[in-house]
Amino acid sequence: MLIASLSMPEQVTLTLSALILLSSFLLLAQVRVDSLINTFALQGLLLFSATLAIAFISGKYDLLISAALTLGLKVIFIPSLLRRLIIRLDIHREIEVLVKPSLVMLFGGGLVLFSYYVSLPITELSLLSTRNTIAISLAVVLIGMLMIISRRKAISQVIGFMSMENGLFFAAVVSTFGMPMVVELGIAFDVLVAVILFGVFFFHIRAEIGSLDTDRLNRLNEVDK
Amino acid sequence: MTGWIFALVQTLCVVLFAPFLAGWVKWVKCKLQNRQGPAPWQPYRDLLRLSRKQVVLADVASPIFRAAPYIVFGATVVAASVLPIVSTQLPTAALADVIVLVGIFALTRFFLALAGMDVGTSFGGMGSSREVTLSSLAEPALLMTFFTLAMNVSSTNLSSAVSHLAQANFTLAPSLIFSFMALLLVAVAETGRIPIDNPATHLELTMIHEAMILEYSGRHLLLMEWASMLKLTLYSILIVNLIVPWGVAMTMEPKDVAFAAITVLGKLMALGILLAVSETSQAKMRLFRAPQYLGMAFILSLLGMMSHIILEVR
Repeated sequence: MLIASLSMPEQVTLTLSALILLSSFLLLAQVRVDSLINTFALQGLLLFSATLAIAFISGKYDLLISAALTLGLKVIFIPSLLRRLIIRLDIHREIEVLVKPSLVMLFGGGLVLFSYYVSLPITELSLLSTRNTIAISLAVVLIGMLMIISRRKAISQVIGFMSMENGLFFAAVVSTFGMPMVVELGIAFDVLVAVILFGVFFFHIRAEIGSLDTDRLNRLNEVDK
Repeated sequence: MTGWIFALVQTLCVVLFAPFLAGWVKWVKCKLQNRQGPAPWQPYRDLLRLSRKQVVLADVASPIFRAAPYIVFGATVVAASVLPIVSTQLPTAALADVIVLVGIFALTRFFLALAGMDVGTSFGGMGSSREVTLSSLAEPALLMTFFTLAMNVSSTNLSSAVSHLAQANFTLAPSLIFSFMALLLVAVAETGRIPIDNPATHLELTMIHEAMILEYSGRHLLLMEWASMLKLTLYSILIVNLIVPWGVAMTMEPKDVAFAAITVLGKLMALGILLAVSETSQAKMRLFRAPQYLGMAFILSLLGMMSHIILEVR
C-alpha cells in the first residue's frame, strides 16, 4: 500500500482532494438553493486547506497568496454575494426539483472513472507525490459541467460553473504547484467579474421570463406581448 | 480446543449482551429527552415476559411462519460467532468472511420478509415490501464498502482485516474514511434506526420491521425481537472494531483478552450514546426519501473504492 509510505502532510492532501471530490457530488445532489451555496463555500474551504497543505509540502510559500485569494474570494466573498442575491431575488427558500437524481449521480461516478483513465498517461509523466490527484481535479471540472447540463435554475448553473473553476484551480495547484501569479490574479478577478455579471443577468432573466428557470428561455415570445 | 470453547463462550456473551445494548440506547435517549425512561435491563424483562406467553397462530399460517423465528435467530447467532469481537485469533474466524456475513444477513431478511407475507395481512406485506426495497438498495453499498476494505487489507476475512487495521501505523486513507461513513449510513438503515425506521413506534405509516413481525406472539416474537437486538449489536461491533480497532487482542492470552473485552464494552457503550444523540437530534425521514439516503451511502462507498484506486495505489 503506497499511501502508508507517504508523509503525513501528503496523506492530508490526498484526503482533502478526496473530500473535494465528495463536495462535488454533494453539490450535484443538493436541492435547496441556500444549502447549494453553503456546499460551494465548503468546497472552497477544502480547496483552501489543500492549497495550504501543498504549500507546506512543496515549500513554495507564494502558494499562500493563492490560498488567501481562495479563502477571500471563494469562501467568503462570492458565497455572501450569492446569498444576498438570492435573498433579493426572493428565491432563498426555493427547492429545485432534480431530474433523475440517482442517474445523474451514477453518471458523475462514471465521469470520475473516465477522468481516471484519461489522466493515467499524464500522471505517468510526473514524479510528484500529488500526481494522482490530477484525475480528481479533472473529475471536479467534468462534474461541474454535468451540473450545468443537468440543472434548470440559473443559479445552480452558475454554481456549477464556479465549481468547474475550482477544479481547474485545483489541477494547477496539484500538478505544477501553482500558476504564475499574473495568471492567478487574472483568473481570480475574472471570476469575480463573472459573478457580478451573473448577478446582473439574474435580474434581467427574471425581468424577461418571470423566473430563473432557464428551460423557459427557449420559448418564443412576442416582442410586445 | 480451548479456542472453540472460547468462541462459544464469546458468542453466548454477545447474545446475552444484545438486549442490554438496545436497552442502553433507549435509556440514554430517554435521558436526553428529559424523560424518566426504563432501566437499561428492561429488554430482559420484556423478553422474559414474552417467553411465558402463549403462542397464538393464525389459521392460515404455514410451517414457514413457524420456522422463520428459529431460522432468523439461528442465522444471526451464527453471524455473531464469526465476528472478531475481543480476539482475532479465533478458530471460527476461518468459517466465514465478510461476503458470507452479508449473505447470512440476507438469509435472515429473506425469511423475515417471507414470514411477513405468510399470514396475508396487509401490514405484513407492506412491511416486507418496504424491507426488501430498502435492503436491495443498502446491500450494494455494504458490499462495496467491504470490497474497499478487502482491497485495503488484501483479505476478505474479518479477523485479518481487524488485525491488519489495528497493527498498521496511523494512515489517513481516504478510501477507508469514505467506506466507514458509508458503513455507518448502511448500518443505521439495516438495523432499523431512526432516519429510516423507528424502533419504538407502532404507527402503521412508518413501520417497517414492526410491520413484518406484527403477527407474532409468545416465544416466536421473543426470538424475532432478540434477533433484531442482536443485529444492532453485531453492526455496532462491526463498526467499533473496524473504525477504532485498537484494543482488540491479537493473542489468546487471558490478560489481553480481558483488556480487549473491557475496551470493546466501553466502545460499544460510547457508540450507543452516539446513536442515541443522533436519534434524538433528527427526525425520521419520509420513506420516499430513503432511496436518496441509501444512494448517498452508495456514492460514498463508490468514492471510497475509486479513491483507493486513484489515490492510494501506485
